[in-house]
Amino acid sequence: MATHLETISGTDSGLRRLATDVVSRAMKRGASAAEAVVREGTEFSTAVRLGQVETLKESGSRAIGLRVFLGGKSASTYSSDLTEDGLQRLISGALDLAKVTSEDPYAGIPEPSQLGSLQSDLQLYCDDVYALPPEQRIDYARRAERAALDADPRLKNSDGGSFDAAIGYKILANSHGFVGEFRRSYCSMYAAPIAQDESGAMQRDYWFSLARTLAKLEPPETVGREAARRTLRRLGARKIASTQVPIILDPRVAGSILDNIFDGVNGDAIYRQSSFLAGQLGQKVAADNITVIDDGTIPGGFGTEPFDGEGVPTQRTAVIENGVLKSYLLNTYTAKKLGLRTTGNASRGLAGNPGIGSGNFFLQAGDRTPQQIIGGIKRGLYVIEFLGFGVNMVTGDFSRGASGLWIENGELAYPVEEITVAGNLKDMLKNISEIGNDLEFRGSTAAPTLRIDGMMIAGE
Amino acid sequence: MTQNQSLFFQKFGITPNELQRYLAEALSAGGDYADLYFEYLTSTSISVDESIVKTASQGISAGCGVRVLAGERTGYAYTDDLSPEKIMRAARTAALIARGPAKTPLEGFKENIRHQLYPVASPLAEADIAAKLALVMRTDRAARAYDPRIVQVRAGYFDEMRQILVIGSDGTFASDVQPLARLSLSCIAKSGESSSRGAAGGGGRVGLDFFLTEKTPEHFAHDAARQAIIQLDAREAPAGEMEVVLGPGWPGILLHEAIGHGLEADFNRKGTSAFSGMLGKRVASDKCTVVDNGTLPSHRGSINVDDEGSPTQNTMLIEKGILKAYLSDKLSAKLMGMPDTGNGRRESYEHIPMPRMTNTYMLAGDDSPEDIIRSVKRGVYAVNFGGGQVDITNGKFVFSASEAYMIENGQVTAPLKNCTLIGNGPDALTRVSMVGNDLQLDEGVGTCGKEGQSVPVGVGIPTLKLDRMTVGGTAR
Repeated sequence: MATHLETISGTDSGLRRLATDVVSRAMKRGASAAEAVVREGTEFSTAVRLGQVETLKESGSRAIGLRVFLGGKSASTYSSDLTEDGLQRLISGALDLAKVTSEDPYAGIPEPSQLGSLQSDLQLYCDDVYALPPEQRIDYARRAERAALDADPRLKNSDGGSFDAAIGYKILANSHGFVGEFRRSYCSMYAAPIAQDESGAMQRDYWFSLARTLAKLEPPETVGREAARRTLRRLGARKIASTQVPIILDPRVAGSILDNIFDGVNGDAIYRQSSFLAGQLGQKVAADNITVIDDGTIPGGFGTEPFDGEGVPTQRTAVIENGVLKSYLLNTYTAKKLGLRTTGNASRGLAGNPGIGSGNFFLQAGDRTPQQIIGGIKRGLYVIEFLGFGVNMVTGDFSRGASGLWIENGELAYPVEEITVAGNLKDMLKNISEIGNDLEFRGSTAAPTLRIDGMMIAGE
Repeated sequence: MTQNQSLFFQKFGITPNELQRYLAEALSAGGDYADLYFEYLTSTSISVDESIVKTASQGISAGCGVRVLAGERTGYAYTDDLSPEKIMRAARTAALIARGPAKTPLEGFKENIRHQLYPVASPLAEADIAAKLALVMRTDRAARAYDPRIVQVRAGYFDEMRQILVIGSDGTFASDVQPLARLSLSCIAKSGESSSRGAAGGGGRVGLDFFLTEKTPEHFAHDAARQAIIQLDAREAPAGEMEVVLGPGWPGILLHEAIGHGLEADFNRKGTSAFSGMLGKRVASDKCTVVDNGTLPSHRGSINVDDEGSPTQNTMLIEKGILKAYLSDKLSAKLMGMPDTGNGRRESYEHIPMPRMTNTYMLAGDDSPEDIIRSVKRGVYAVNFGGGQVDITNGKFVFSASEAYMIENGQVTAPLKNCTLIGNGPDALTRVSMVGNDLQLDEGVGTCGKEGQSVPVGVGIPTLKLDRMTVGGTAR
């Protein structure tokens, strides 16, 4: 099997010109400000199941998005049609649309002085993710799956193994003369075995590795064995009676609490008063030992970019420091609404207004090993999965389905499932009593093992 | 629509000869089947926040996906450039999945007779942006006017027009023009220290008229505002197993999560579903009859043809408690030796089709909703839901009630907050002891996610009583 692709090599001056041209044409047509984003991407994915190739997918795409302002009125358009006809429609469509929208005194692109791009090498791109011939991509996926299935005879079936890679190129230009661009690469590997016990009951779990370069991807065998361990530990799960005991969140599950914190400090939710953390700047919102950082500047990070969705350089922001809420995460619009400065957290798709996106968003590690944290609990629940969407960001009410391992006398005793864990995020953040030393990034959000006291578990 | 009327022939100048050439290239290394999926999608989105229009956007995306099937293997490539060279290249890339002598696609295409479930030339595309905007502003005003305690409203309108053309090496030729529109809002109520939220919305494969005559902005606005106001006084939900009554309509998300996904043929072909190997077996009480019906006129989950060009159907999934069928696409139907139920769907030309639900609902029973409530001594009455999720393999599913009440001694009493329901797919429906005579479908807001692909779906149930289910609250 052989294939060849146009890979994205170096700066694409054509696309750069496209972005700046569209901005200047919109300005000539009467816009008071304009901003264009061009994205180009190439992806491939390989999936195997039970050793056989299941899918091979390979493709590329490019598209442009335009945002225009007529004073305080704004609108946006996007298109994958980059012909002259398509661009014409993109520009006039945006201007026509802006005419019918409302005057918003806070709308606008950033001030010229706020614009810029980090100049250091952020290590976001390595072309080796595309260097592998197809046979070797398949081999990566196959080895990850095989390592999982070979780990134990109870692993009898599989949702497969996969190897994916992608390259993206992004250009942002605006009418203050800002033009920024960067490339990113990505590769990942995944295995999802299925285990079956004597009763026929099945359990599935997965594990993965991802990196910006092949050189940093974990060996397929490591990924497969971890997927096997995670799946096997769920076999024989039972229900338990409703109870109130301390819970421990494994890092993957603790990461979902970080997602909740991110939603809670999202500038859009703050100015709309739709967050349980609104109006609490400078106040104690979490236990003393909690420090949460957003950092868009970490070299090689999955949340790293040289500038945000509006052309503002990314930065490091202490969101919660020793339990005190220090900063919200803001873009230009939400900052103006709140009388604050943007934190460089604008995220922008092709369409619509910029939202808020995280950089590398994490809870600082503590000094306890996960074993020490588990060892300190007489009766409790080690949560390995949350299911469902039972989080109310307005009130902080939290009630989610869960699977986990019951803790008896400081040891993991048996798996449990079909239970829920409930409380309120306001209390949960204050009741984090222990923090693990096992912080590790597998994506842009990360948390170490956490112990939370006082939550209600519903079961039989 | 006939071949000649398709936008892809008119606007992009694609010819039947070229289509044959692309398919031949896709099968140049063998394979059992190849298809081409052309898509041209235009969309409009408007949002009003703080009573002003903050976002208005329009977009166009167009592309072609080429798929080659060889046994259980799928090769896929797509292009957003509809020039012959780029489509040929995608066909060549997809062909890499197969290894063998070239196959020849059937000469000539035959267009299936298909449903006409929605207007072909919908007024949506032509409708004035100002008229759409007026709908959203009306929604905002109506929610605020409902009660002075409503302090925040976000309302939005979204529509799209998807034109598709599917060409298969088995002679498949299908085209469709699929309108989709939705008006929705969320609002926040505050009173003293207490705050709460409410959300509502709806639509379908309808034109703008629908929101002026059938389901007005006021209808959705009052529903969302009412929920938020009620929730201001909500108390903590109980924790533990108890009787649960689900209200009609959107709570049908229970069917979607508890059994719908588990009946998708791909999971069953691979033996990874908790429902694998259960055809002909009892999976629900004999009061339960469940269908997946892609042919309901104008409904959100309906489509004239699926994304493989097959006509959609009304498929009996569970008849009086017995599992009758899985939901299938072409690949699973062939490999399992079962009928293709017309459930092959995909998010866009960038995605590989797979078995997906359309409108999944339970048929009405004999019980009156009042009798069902009266029969409960202590339980939960859940009438509105946020979202749900299921683990296909162990069958565990969860969904969160956004509006729920206690039932005490046969009476609906206090509103509840923080109420999550959790159960086990294969046995949840065996606990259904009463089925209401009041089947309702949801109002048209559901979006289903599977393996990273989102598609619009519908759900529905009559009022249902489950004898035992775990309620995940915080109160003892």
